[in-house]
Amino acid sequence: MAIQNLETHFQEKVDQEIKIEPKDWMPDAYRQTLIRQISQHAHSEVVGMLPEGNWVTRAPSLKRKLALLAKIQDEAGHGLYLYSATETLGISRSELIDQLHSGKAKYSSIFNYPTLSWSDIGAIGWLVDGAAIMNQVALCRTSYGPYARAMVRICKEESFHQRQGYDILLTMCRNSETQRQMVQDSVNRWWWPSLMMFGPNDSESPHSAQSMKWKIKRVSNDDLRQRFVDMTVPQAEILGIKLPDPELKWNEERKHYDFGNIDWDEFWRVVNGHGPCNKSRMEARIKAHEEGEWVRDAAMAYAEKQAERQDVQSKIQYS
Amino acid sequence: MKDWPLFEIFIRSKNGLNHKHVGSLHAADATMAIQNARDVYTRRNEGVSIWVVESKMITASDPAEKESLFEPAEDKIYRHPTFYVLPDELKHM
Repeated sequence: MAIQNLETHFQEKVDQEIKIEPKDWMPDAYRQTLIRQISQHAHSEVVGMLPEGNWVTRAPSLKRKLALLAKIQDEAGHGLYLYSATETLGISRSELIDQLHSGKAKYSSIFNYPTLSWSDIGAIGWLVDGAAIMNQVALCRTSYGPYARAMVRICKEESFHQRQGYDILLTMCRNSETQRQMVQDSVNRWWWPSLMMFGPNDSESPHSAQSMKWKIKRVSNDDLRQRFVDMTVPQAEILGIKLPDPELKWNEERKHYDFGNIDWDEFWRVVNGHGPCNKSRMEARIKAHEEGEWVRDAAMAYAEKQAERQDVQSKIQYS
Repeated sequence: MKDWPLFEIFIRSKNGLNHKHVGSLHAADATMAIQNARDVYTRRNEGVSIWVVESKMITASDPAEKESLFEPAEDKIYRHPTFYVLPDELKHM
């Protein structure tokens, strides 16, 4: 089939909501877009463990510590589902890891902010995971089969993350005024970066139209952001917390909340490596990878030796 | 660094049901693949049994041959019970 026919046929399948599977023909740009997007998502899950890991040993109770550990373990699993989905597109795991470590691949900028107090762990669960879920629920309908299936699995697990975060904040807000102020301070710092997680405004997002046509992306950045704001405002009211935006106001005509302008200069500064923690996050990842190398090699050497031994034994048996 | 081999993971969610493909992971050998699959794919009681098989051992049909493989079944409507008309007075069959 000529390439144009293949492309037409591909688009028809996408339009009919038939999922694209690994061995199906796909345009190279579709494949490359997916590799970039899914791996970026995978890297975000993995780097996302670092700010939370900072509080494992200082969680205020055993219950909180268990929940946080379970959440972090989930993030590792989510990273793995997504790396596996990316590998179905013909790129190896080691290439993906190299791209992260060399800075060629990005991860969500939100993880370049520090976790300064325990209430930050609550704020991450509530706002950061809340924003991630908003995005991930939409992606359950993405056109690439393995990505969609990974998303379904992730969404099932992720709702516990948001609730455990909200539960931390609710407990603190009801405990004492001092603790409520800690929560307010966390929300002041995490609110705007959470809104940035949805990416640039639609008018500034050049690849969005193609991604929407290919149904990789199902809902636009601005629409997802609006949904997130609408969902979060009543939750903040129950906490007794003020979201740090003087322009935040219900718009009766639009039936949505209006909100202030996002500081996109800050967004691009952090994306381009100048956030508070970019350097330490990458150092921690590379250190873990390098210091784990002997373990990976030893496990492989052991497996090879076992296989060899079995081979010899079966030869003796049958000789 | 060379990656560990890739394994495909199949989980039986409860006795009486088939093992179903759930995803894949890298492991040094099959024993480790089962241990890792336990940690990754059954953290919330999703399974009672795990199969692992090295991905390279799977032979898959070619999507380009979809028509020649599956189209012959399309016009064989007589393979379905609804093809056969039964008299109204017959209540169960």
